[in-house]
Amino acid sequence: MSKIENVSRRRFLKSVGLGSGALVLGVQFSALLPIPKALAQAIKTDKFEPNVYLQITADNKVAIIVHRSEMGQGIRTSIPMVVADELEADWQQIEVIQGLGDKKYGSQNTDGSRSIRRFYQPLREAGASARTMLEQAAAKKWRVPVKECQAKSNTIVHQSSGKVATFGSLVSLAAQMPVPKKETLVLKEKSDFNFIGKSNVPLVDGQDIATGNTTFGFDVDMPNMRYAVIARPPVLTGKVKSFDASKAKKIAGVIDIIQLDNVEEPVLFKPLGGIAVIATNTWAAMQGRAALDIQWQSSEHSSYNSDEYKIALAKSCDEPSSILRNKGDVEQALSAADKVISAQYYVPQLIHVPMEPPAATAHFHDGVFDIWACTQTPQSAQSNVAQATGIAPENVNVNVTLLGGGFGRKSKPDFVVEAAILSKKLKVPVKVLWTREDEIKNGYYHAVSFQKLSAGISAAKKVTAWSHNVATPPIGSTFSKGADVITMEAGLGLIDMPYDIANVRCGAGKAPAHTRIGWMRSVTNINQAFAVCSFADELANATNNDSKDFLLSLIGEDRFIDLSKEESKYGNYGETADKFPLDTGRLKGVVNRVATMAKWGEKLPKGHGLGIAVHRSFVSYVACVVQISANESGRIKLENIWMAVDCGVAVNPERIKSQMEGAAVFGISLAFYGDITAKDGVIEQGNFDDYPVARITDVPPTMVEIISSDAPPGGVGEPGVPPVAPAICNAIFSATGKRYRELPLKQYNII
Amino acid sequence: MHSLTINGKKHQFDVDENMPLLWVLRDILKYTGTKYGCGKGLCGACTVHLDGQPIRSCLTPISVVKNQEITTIEGLSEDGKHVVQQAWQTLNVPQCGYCQSGQMMSAAALLAKEAQPTDKDIDQAMSGNICRCGTYTRIKEAIHLAADLADKLAVEIPPMQTVGKTGSES
Repeated sequence: MSKIENVSRRRFLKSVGLGSGALVLGVQFSALLPIPKALAQAIKTDKFEPNVYLQITADNKVAIIVHRSEMGQGIRTSIPMVVADELEADWQQIEVIQGLGDKKYGSQNTDGSRSIRRFYQPLREAGASARTMLEQAAAKKWRVPVKECQAKSNTIVHQSSGKVATFGSLVSLAAQMPVPKKETLVLKEKSDFNFIGKSNVPLVDGQDIATGNTTFGFDVDMPNMRYAVIARPPVLTGKVKSFDASKAKKIAGVIDIIQLDNVEEPVLFKPLGGIAVIATNTWAAMQGRAALDIQWQSSEHSSYNSDEYKIALAKSCDEPSSILRNKGDVEQALSAADKVISAQYYVPQLIHVPMEPPAATAHFHDGVFDIWACTQTPQSAQSNVAQATGIAPENVNVNVTLLGGGFGRKSKPDFVVEAAILSKKLKVPVKVLWTREDEIKNGYYHAVSFQKLSAGISAAKKVTAWSHNVATPPIGSTFSKGADVITMEAGLGLIDMPYDIANVRCGAGKAPAHTRIGWMRSVTNINQAFAVCSFADELANATNNDSKDFLLSLIGEDRFIDLSKEESKYGNYGETADKFPLDTGRLKGVVNRVATMAKWGEKLPKGHGLGIAVHRSFVSYVACVVQISANESGRIKLENIWMAVDCGVAVNPERIKSQMEGAAVFGISLAFYGDITAKDGVIEQGNFDDYPVARITDVPPTMVEIISSDAPPGGVGEPGVPPVAPAICNAIFSATGKRYRELPLKQYNII
Repeated sequence: MHSLTINGKKHQFDVDENMPLLWVLRDILKYTGTKYGCGKGLCGACTVHLDGQPIRSCLTPISVVKNQEITTIEGLSEDGKHVVQQAWQTLNVPQCGYCQSGQMMSAAALLAKEAQPTDKDIDQAMSGNICRCGTYTRIKEAIHLAADLADKLAVEIPPMQTVGKTGSES
């Protein structure tokens, strides 16, 4: 295994002096591990390893294990910041190691905007625990009280005597100290932080990226490795009726053609089946696949046609099979209202298109799998490979490469299982690569949705009733055949509608799934916040109110909303209401901040308009103002985007800002362009020509501010996305008087 | 047998003459800094320089470029200190980083042609490069910074031909 280079992804941080402001160019040590275990026990014998997240060696190096997947959110920088801070480590002595898939780390499923939200505290404790033990070791060595020993920059210092010992010199002694009880740990004061909350920490992988020295899933290389591309059924659960591989086998470089097992529902994370072409290089595999002559047998899902499906969804909205939130009496309030405003919204099916499509390399040897994959979820990759191949999970080593974007696609390890099955069959390393067309045509899609909203308005221009029905195929259908009504999705922007309205009812109609449905960055918040935030703006206009002032009044008094009193089961992103209440004060806080940033209320140039939207998701609060201009022919241009985020403690403000900037672009992409359609069950799009995403020319200056907060850290990767599309459409209305309720906007010829 | 100079290093190899340069670089010669994103010249992730000009390697059959000089991200500079590489790190431009090789190659080609590009120049030169993470505003900023760095250092943008690190003779 000694030839597997770079994938261990150890990385020393050198010359990254904080606060220098100078160009940061790290010296690189491409430390290669001779065995594929990220934590090779044999390499360093004299070491102090108080917990699973860090190791200190006699050479004074601090290895920090990043157990979450890096997909652009900066977690390989943020986790070391937290651990190093509590440890009082010297940033230049830190080595970053990517953790293998292993349950000892707790969840490694890098989705749901959870890495810092769930691990901030455990990682601080890991650092503080090690620091305490090092201080105790020094105290023992010098025979002084431990309270006189203090950690500072990879050393322990005894103030009065001036004695100094490096962490490295203390590892043997520290390893003998008892691990302190959690409740005895003293965490650092905010004012003493070296890294947490600082914006000048360079990216751990910044230099490797700048020099092309990174290893993504696509880049893994092994001796004797085969390349595989797979022709998958164009319709979900379609089967191979017959195939002729004779032409494919004649392509130079094609080695083998392998038929994969058909998939049965529920599809879970199982491979989709089809025909794999095995070759000596990617191009030959792609050519071989193009030369295959396959007759496909269709399935029940060939009935899926987007046009007809949209009509069925609209109908289903009128027949909710499940009431998900119920407060007061909506029917009565609507009929008693002075005016009823209704609107319906449509957001099409969407797909992730990370720049790197899925890719995984598996090597089955000696009863063991060594796997390298751009996976968001190495533990699930491990268990799914184990299940599909009959190999015990402990014999499935899953190494996580860098991910060329994830957005939720790579939290489904079907592609990892494909590589494992092929390697087990062929007994050589196999890299499975998905082409762009594969990724778009055979994905786990963000579900298409139809939504109908009605509001009652009293003579005093107060909103007295809110009815919101949705129809969208549920993610549950991927895990339970035939599931056709949303469940957890209700908590992603539907039932947690935060406006202070006396009568509220939210319902969901049935919507059978005909493709794999999965989560995509911010998930159902995308469409539900689009409807809720657009409709709020419609109500502001219907009552002749300023959009921002009306939004604030609609949110109402500062309070914690308790949805359990309104016949609803709110998941709150898996968090308790005590720790993460649905806090209208914080919601209004970001609205006020973003309004100030955008100079809301000041006179705009002719043809310009501002739109505002606010949404809480993943227990963080984001408000967005978009400024657009419209020219005489009705074409619109984004002029500026402002975003204010309250995500509690801001661990890595620089990456929080970059996540908001990226979320703005993600929101622009889906507002302008995103549209996956099906004909006879087959996805009609296949690449960036017919599934465009935002380019540099679409994107305006984006200004981000972070609310200073001591609240527990919330999510960051996803919460920026939901308010963007409605803010764009609200701005278009403000500038042009035209209300767009169906995405994408490209269909109206205004982009 | 084909012959190609990559980052100043000569390579000889035998592949189908229709194989795109992208797959020769990645699979045959192991220059994996150049990325696949679409295979149709739509996203720019595969951008390399052919005699200093940016080209999409995914659409370029090897037969078209034989005996010519190619520069990949690994050879953009000898020491990783091309002004574009410096500016990209200074401003923490990348998120996932996957498209950034292509972005930087397009940016370097722009700066070689236009020492102080305007926002419009940047839009034009960079609109073929997709970044799904959405780093566009920082890319724009970084190109301006790179232009300033080159200016401050009072040196020409270094020539693209240097020796790469990861290529192997075959």
